[in-house]
Amino acid sequence: MDVTMNINGEEVTSDIEPRTLLVHYLRDHLGMTGTHWGCDTSNCGTCVVWVDGEPVKSCTTLAAMAGGHEVRTVEGLEVDGELDPVQEGFIQCHGLQCGFCTPGMMMTARALIDANPDPTDDEIREAISGQICRCTGYATIVRSIQWAAAKEREQAVTLSPTGSAS
Amino acid sequence: MTITDDNVDTNAVPTPDNNLNDHKPVGFGRMLRKEDPRFVRGMGQYCDDVQLPGMLHLAILRSPLAHARIVSIDKTAAEAHPKVVAVITGADLAEQNLAWMPTLSNDVQAVLATDKVRFQHQEVAFVVAEDRYAARDALELIDVEYDDLDPVIDVRTALEPDAPIIRDDLEGKTNNHCFDWETGDKDATDAVFADAEVVVSEDIVYPRVHPAPMETCGCVADFERVSGKLTLWSTTQAPHAHRTVYALVAGLPEHKIRIIAPDIGGGFGNKVPIYPGYVCAIVASLVIGKPVKWMEDRTENLVSTGFARDYVMRGEIAASKDGKIRAIRTHVLADHGAFNGVAAPTKYPAGFFGVFTGSYDLEAAYAHMTAVYTNKAPGGVAYACSFRITEAVYLVERMVDVLAHELDMDPAELRLQNFIQPDQFPYETKTGWIYDSGDYEPTMRKAMAMAGYDELRREQAEKRERGELMGIGISFFTEAVGAGPRKDMDILGLGMADGCELRIHPTGKAVVRLSVKTQGQGHETTFAQIIGEEIGIPPDDIEVVHGDTDNTPFGLGTYGSRSTPVSGAAAALVARKVRDKAQIIASGMLEVSVADVEYEAGTFRVKGDPEKSVTIQDVAMKAHGAGDLPEGVEGGLEAQICYNPDNLTYPFGAYICVVDVDPGTAQVTVRRFIAVDDCGTQINPMIIEGQVHGGLTDGIGMALMEMISFDEAGNCLAGSLMDYLIPTAMEVPNWETGHTVTPSPHHPIGAKGVGESATVGSPPAIVNAVVDALKPYGIRHADMPLTPSRVWETMQGNHTPPI
Repeated sequence: MDVTMNINGEEVTSDIEPRTLLVHYLRDHLGMTGTHWGCDTSNCGTCVVWVDGEPVKSCTTLAAMAGGHEVRTVEGLEVDGELDPVQEGFIQCHGLQCGFCTPGMMMTARALIDANPDPTDDEIREAISGQICRCTGYATIVRSIQWAAAKEREQAVTLSPTGSAS
Repeated sequence: MTITDDNVDTNAVPTPDNNLNDHKPVGFGRMLRKEDPRFVRGMGQYCDDVQLPGMLHLAILRSPLAHARIVSIDKTAAEAHPKVVAVITGADLAEQNLAWMPTLSNDVQAVLATDKVRFQHQEVAFVVAEDRYAARDALELIDVEYDDLDPVIDVRTALEPDAPIIRDDLEGKTNNHCFDWETGDKDATDAVFADAEVVVSEDIVYPRVHPAPMETCGCVADFERVSGKLTLWSTTQAPHAHRTVYALVAGLPEHKIRIIAPDIGGGFGNKVPIYPGYVCAIVASLVIGKPVKWMEDRTENLVSTGFARDYVMRGEIAASKDGKIRAIRTHVLADHGAFNGVAAPTKYPAGFFGVFTGSYDLEAAYAHMTAVYTNKAPGGVAYACSFRITEAVYLVERMVDVLAHELDMDPAELRLQNFIQPDQFPYETKTGWIYDSGDYEPTMRKAMAMAGYDELRREQAEKRERGELMGIGISFFTEAVGAGPRKDMDILGLGMADGCELRIHPTGKAVVRLSVKTQGQGHETTFAQIIGEEIGIPPDDIEVVHGDTDNTPFGLGTYGSRSTPVSGAAAALVARKVRDKAQIIASGMLEVSVADVEYEAGTFRVKGDPEKSVTIQDVAMKAHGAGDLPEGVEGGLEAQICYNPDNLTYPFGAYICVVDVDPGTAQVTVRRFIAVDDCGTQINPMIIEGQVHGGLTDGIGMALMEMISFDEAGNCLAGSLMDYLIPTAMEVPNWETGHTVTPSPHHPIGAKGVGESATVGSPPAIVNAVVDALKPYGIRHADMPLTPSRVWETMQGNHTPPI
């Protein structure tokens, strides 16, 4: 079947088997290997991408279900050569070790900060609780997301015409 | 000497205004990782990311039964599938003499079963097809007829006279005995026990667990017919060792095998063994002449690859009434599964379990182990265990708490009064291990101070009055890492040394080539820092090459926390070798004798005339440039060494865990966890902290959640992440870490391994805390995993071992 979706701002159409999972579609058909395949059961979250702005687990989403929708992946975080603050935060706070869970973690983190620019540590932990990291013990991931949120709040202050957060 | 660095806030958190980096151009200190820019962009390249033109996909058919004879396999329907290229069974492999392969413990393991299956999910056949899904579809078309046999599942029954014989493939095998092993002095230990004032004993089970790295195991095998060269992208922690084993097994010449370990999504020991899937993919590519990818799904990873632990232990301590620990004695029943697939040095079938004497000065110690085969997946050493030290530390640290319970002593005080003293190092234990350096009391005191230990005990007393269950658990561990001296240690005859090669380019940039392989530990950063510290070239100017056997020197790889102790030493020494040559060239440039040149931080100066100097970069250009060099000096600036360690390194640490147990639900919450580690000289404190955090999380997983369990028929009950529970951010606290520094005397930079310290050290602290919380119930021991239901049963007096 033909499926058309918008991936990181680009319209993509492919002829795929109806049963193709979104994670395999992205990785095997499009070569977008930043999104990882980890567990098949929605437990580990290494496959998280956005569909219409919401984080979803692409290992349990059919590619066909994303047809006609907007998909955003880790490859879409960096814009015009500039890292997203979440990406920067993960580097600055040692929020990753092997890097395998990182793309999914960052996609969830991005969605959290969009919805809640000043999250508490507990809110961050709850937001990433559908994801597993086997390396970091999570504390540095929490710090990374706090780092990104703090940076965005600072930028909001700087960018605001009155010089105060809007 | 131990440095307790109280002025450094080790729990400081970077902010956009202060990144906390040391801003040193070279050397040790907090430095952001060189590998991260690719990972945060999704540009890491893991095995499953490798896509080659014409690549085929391999899927493995696994046994649904734990023990059964194979009557027949009909593969005709699978072969008729339009997208299937090949279907291979054990019988097919047997024709090529490839149906069995050696394990890393000198046992053999079936690549594909020929006679019978010996554990549920054992490999029976494989399919190679045009895509991932078609390969899986075709598995459904293979028809296998089995003749069911009784399985051996409960390890305690494996040696009963009427137990079914699992390994009838081994000639003359009439039971399920795998090996017996002992260490220490039995008679001396028995004598101490015979006249001891106090003896405590406890049955302790360390259940089977699994490392479950986020990336499963897999490979892409690409055999090129014309050159006869096999390239294998593989999830391996030990690419060089694997290459040699493939050469020996498959009969391929070693120079025609190239192993590439690309980015690895976590290893934890799971990616040390050679699994049948790798061999199947190699065979498929050899036969078909196309690249073949094999990638496990999560279930396959959990049910068939290297597990960890599975020790049933009886621990005993002999002591005086005033709390002097005199001797430790233990008997262990070890479940090795269907094949002995343990990856441990040849002379150490029980790994380094011999360090069960812990951090204490004893009169005597003795351990005896019986290992058996059962109808379960093979493996045994995995999950960041430092070759069974996890089991050893759990045993001794649990038993010390049992003794504290018996004597009604504070467990911290009991430990403090039994520590090996600083002036006793190097200390030879009663089981023959030579601890290189240690100063335990300051580390313990620091942890107690960070925890506010006395205040916690007061709080606990108040809560107990109110019926609340709060527990404080302590463990103090000493590890033995950095295998190892080649006189004692080898794997399949390969000495456990590591090579390192350093080349300085004409412009003063460098490339260092390692025999070890990161799986997330940050080698690309720390090894650049080691070279930078020694030779003064900024880490950013140093390319670290690893994980490619065609482009790196031979060595045994990364596991058992051995990278820094062995390969890190090699890196420091190779840099010093280059520096020595650079000093000679510098003396020529400065027109003085070599003895008149002194080196500091990348600059060679004339002694007494510091204005006259050249940098390492100047020397590099001179070494490759025009004009004469000092007599007898070759051009170029590079060196290679192979480092054979004198001894292991012995990191240690003090851990304190605070838990609350809900009396109504038996739910355990880890409220606080304080970890003070001493891994000698620190290369990058940020990375060390990360390693410790990860290990502490492993500890919570094992102590409270994780277990690979089986039903009576041998069905694995932990075949997905819905059944095998791994901690999320919700189950772990905000870690509180600190450190002391007691350098290793024999390591060139004084560093010790740290990668597994927290995995090893944390489980007893957590279990001790839960048992402490349950003290009002009169409980002295409870086995992991301390899930709500198991804790509840324990509170009701119905504790059962997790076997």
